[in-house]
Amino acid sequence: MADTRTIAVTINGTVHNATVETRMTLVDFLRHELKLTGTHVGCEHGVCGACTVLVNGVSARACLMLVVQCDGQRVATVESLAGDRKLNVLQQSFQDNHGLQCGFCTPGMLMTLTEFLRDHPEPSEAQVREVLSGNLCRCTGYQSIVDATLDAAKKMREAAR
Amino acid sequence: MSTHVNEQHTGFGASVKRKEDPALLRGEGRFIDDIHLPQMLHAAFVRSPYAHARIGNIDKSAALALPGVHAVLTHADLPQAARDNTLPLLVPHPAIKLVKLPYALAKDETCYAGEPVACVVADSRYLAEDAAQLVGVDYEPLPAVNDCRAALDDGAPLAHLGAESNIAARFPLKVGDADKAFVGAAHVFREKIYQHRGGPFFMECRGIIAEYDAHGDAYTLHVASQGPHRIKRSMMEVFGFGDHQIRVVTPDVGGGFGPKGSFYPEYIDVAAAAALLRRPVKWIEDRRENFLCTHQERDQYWDMEIAVDANAKIIGVRGQLIHETGAYVPWGIVLPWITATTVPGPYVVPHFKLDVISVFTNKIQTTPVRGAGRPEAVTTMERLMDRVARELKLDRAEVRRRNFIQPEQMPYKVGIIFRDGRPVTYDSGDYPACLDAALKKSDYDGFAQRQAAARAQGRYLGIGMANAVEATGLGPYESATVRVATSGKITVYTGATPQGQSHKTTLAQIASDQLGVDFDDIEVVTGDTSVNALGMGTFAARSAVTAGNSVHVAALEVAAKAKKIAAGMMECLEDDLELADGFVRLKSAPDVKKSLREISVRAFGMPGFSMAGGLTPGLEHTAHFLPDQSAYSNGAHVAEVEVDIETGEVKILRYTVAHDCGRVINPMVVDGQVVGGVAHGVGNALYEQLMFDDNAQPLTTNFGEYLLPMATDVPRVDLVHLETPSPLNPLGVKGAGEGGTISAIGAIISAVENALAPFDVKIAEAPITPQRIVELLGDHAWGRTR
Repeated sequence: MADTRTIAVTINGTVHNATVETRMTLVDFLRHELKLTGTHVGCEHGVCGACTVLVNGVSARACLMLVVQCDGQRVATVESLAGDRKLNVLQQSFQDNHGLQCGFCTPGMLMTLTEFLRDHPEPSEAQVREVLSGNLCRCTGYQSIVDATLDAAKKMREAAR
Repeated sequence: MSTHVNEQHTGFGASVKRKEDPALLRGEGRFIDDIHLPQMLHAAFVRSPYAHARIGNIDKSAALALPGVHAVLTHADLPQAARDNTLPLLVPHPAIKLVKLPYALAKDETCYAGEPVACVVADSRYLAEDAAQLVGVDYEPLPAVNDCRAALDDGAPLAHLGAESNIAARFPLKVGDADKAFVGAAHVFREKIYQHRGGPFFMECRGIIAEYDAHGDAYTLHVASQGPHRIKRSMMEVFGFGDHQIRVVTPDVGGGFGPKGSFYPEYIDVAAAAALLRRPVKWIEDRRENFLCTHQERDQYWDMEIAVDANAKIIGVRGQLIHETGAYVPWGIVLPWITATTVPGPYVVPHFKLDVISVFTNKIQTTPVRGAGRPEAVTTMERLMDRVARELKLDRAEVRRRNFIQPEQMPYKVGIIFRDGRPVTYDSGDYPACLDAALKKSDYDGFAQRQAAARAQGRYLGIGMANAVEATGLGPYESATVRVATSGKITVYTGATPQGQSHKTTLAQIASDQLGVDFDDIEVVTGDTSVNALGMGTFAARSAVTAGNSVHVAALEVAAKAKKIAAGMMECLEDDLELADGFVRLKSAPDVKKSLREISVRAFGMPGFSMAGGLTPGLEHTAHFLPDQSAYSNGAHVAEVEVDIETGEVKILRYTVAHDCGRVINPMVVDGQVVGGVAHGVGNALYEQLMFDDNAQPLTTNFGEYLLPMATDVPRVDLVHLETPSPLNPLGVKGAGEGGTISAIGAIISAVENALAPFDVKIAEAPITPQRIVELLGDHAWGRTR
């Protein structure tokens, strides 16, 4: 029988106690155990970025982490972004700027950018492109995602004033 | 066109925000792997590790002994129909010499590395993969065909045991008499061009869930596809099911780009497993499988000649195209046929002759990927045009101008037959204006100065251009039903099946114009064979033309019917009525009105009462717009690049697209399609390369080895829109999904060659990777001369 551990992990503010196989990835735990299917699996080798989540506020590839590594940690997924609103500022900017087409890479993009905009409230286009280089999108050509990010940064700065 | 006036117009032509977005942004989309069914089991595949092998004994015992494993299926375990029948040939053609298609699980021979040999079903994917490792297969490796040129040599290994040769198909294309016309031409130039396109590499891999209902002996397949109706058709062809026995549904799809529209062996295997085990079975392709087993586009070798007169006007183009079909021919000769017929493009080519040979290799088969063979044709023709300019010392734009088909020549018959069976007849477009617009926007006239200034600093800038004409909106039809429910709510059902193309928004916009409601009041349901009897799906830049016009026609009919019924209810003339804000009302007295709900209830009928006035029941209409031929979009791309002669890196400094896709339903969406298409072309021009070793063993099986363009690689694209309505459909639309990709490779290659002109580097291949550029620079590469 596969090796198991019992862990307590906080996902989007809720503590989950679970006994899991040690080989289970974080993304499979989120998607298949918790049915939080917003986090997507694009490559399972850490390149495409579709599975990006925040672990203790830092972006991480949920396909490369084992869920047992998250014992006692805080994980935030795309499902946490909007809260009570329909869409948060970043999400709304994505819609306003046509920052998604098929939408499959989008949750990973949003999580990468959530961390980035928190730390870089006044980013340049070059900085945005640099941080997005860890997330692949085959639909948009990135331009609209870059525009959405710069638009969101501006709106966040205005709101903070 | 609009029959209603809103405060803010949301119908045809408006850049409304997408209806698709909120759910996708909240992580509430529903992609295939997001569907969890009760009692569901999970499949994993045992795949051939050899590109070509004979299969011997298969030992399942160790796998079956593993707790949690429910079944291991091999060819012998499949239902009789799937043992007897291969996957179907989707588009037969008499030029196909040898029809080779795979079985759902390999029978006694595997013909590419990754071909499925056994299907393991277990409680979880983890367990299924554990068990797949334990399946013992005896393989006898056979000589493999790695290269489609070498495959034609005498004594080359055969991709299929028992075949006479590796030729899958051979056909000629001919306009005029090229051989005669070449005699005495002022100039004849020959180019040998190698082109390689990678795969689709959508971000969501393929997947299927099969449910089996033993009571009705019926299947429901959830498939990440580009059109469930064609999957249903293929399943029926294999199994002989009745119409009621199979429903195929496609949820949200994470990109398709062509190959998700194909039919794959795994669909049969998973369906068979679900029926055998009487439980739902899911299979999700992992990325490694995606590299091995999802259709790609890959290799073409061109040997071409162009003849021009003393003024650089084209007399003729002739040559040979060797096209790699891979292990099988699921789409027949569709891909090389599209390539071949796209060569003349926007130019007058009085004489044209092409010998096309489609060749088997032991690699995953090639089928259309975004652009579908057109990028290769355009790149080839544009290489020839650049060659003419160079040899005759003319400006490259000038050579194009001297050869363009003029707008007054429309409709223009090219003289060849397209894959839709119709003569290639361009319906409309202004090609000279399109190039001029792109050149102006890109400041082509100022480039020589920029180039000189850069060279003075030891930097190498180049500019390139490429023009294309693209057959879009291919038939036969797309289905659309517009239905006003007895609640007054409006739903559009269509066989068109989006993978990011925004159908739920754009088709609602089209319907809203006729029905006098906001586009947000219309729901669009796609990709379910149980709601549309017929459908083709979304591929070949066809849905705006086919589905768009079907929705338009259906909505017009529903509006007319609503007026007719309302006229009866209100005792007035239909002509005095209009649709607005969910009502049919008197134009002269808008307060006198009937709601769509009331009208729909009337149209539904009352039990026991005859329908009044010969009305057909229901406030609904189903339309199948039948395009008589393709609608031809066109575009001109201009790329400005800098090439680092030390590293071979190409940086795109400026990128301009002028394009014409007829009337535009939603400019925001069209811009997104074009810009995204350019990114795909950037990948094909500079990065994307599927490598195989001499035994046809894939060497690029992850995104570390196969490079997709990143946000730092893709330039900002300057767009210019031209709008020449197509006369061939009521909306005047043409397709927009592929044009961004089609010209990009040619334009970028041209720019790189231009940048390296001081070193006399000639580029006759794509992709042109950094290492290849350094190789071509030879002794001029900076690193070697310092």
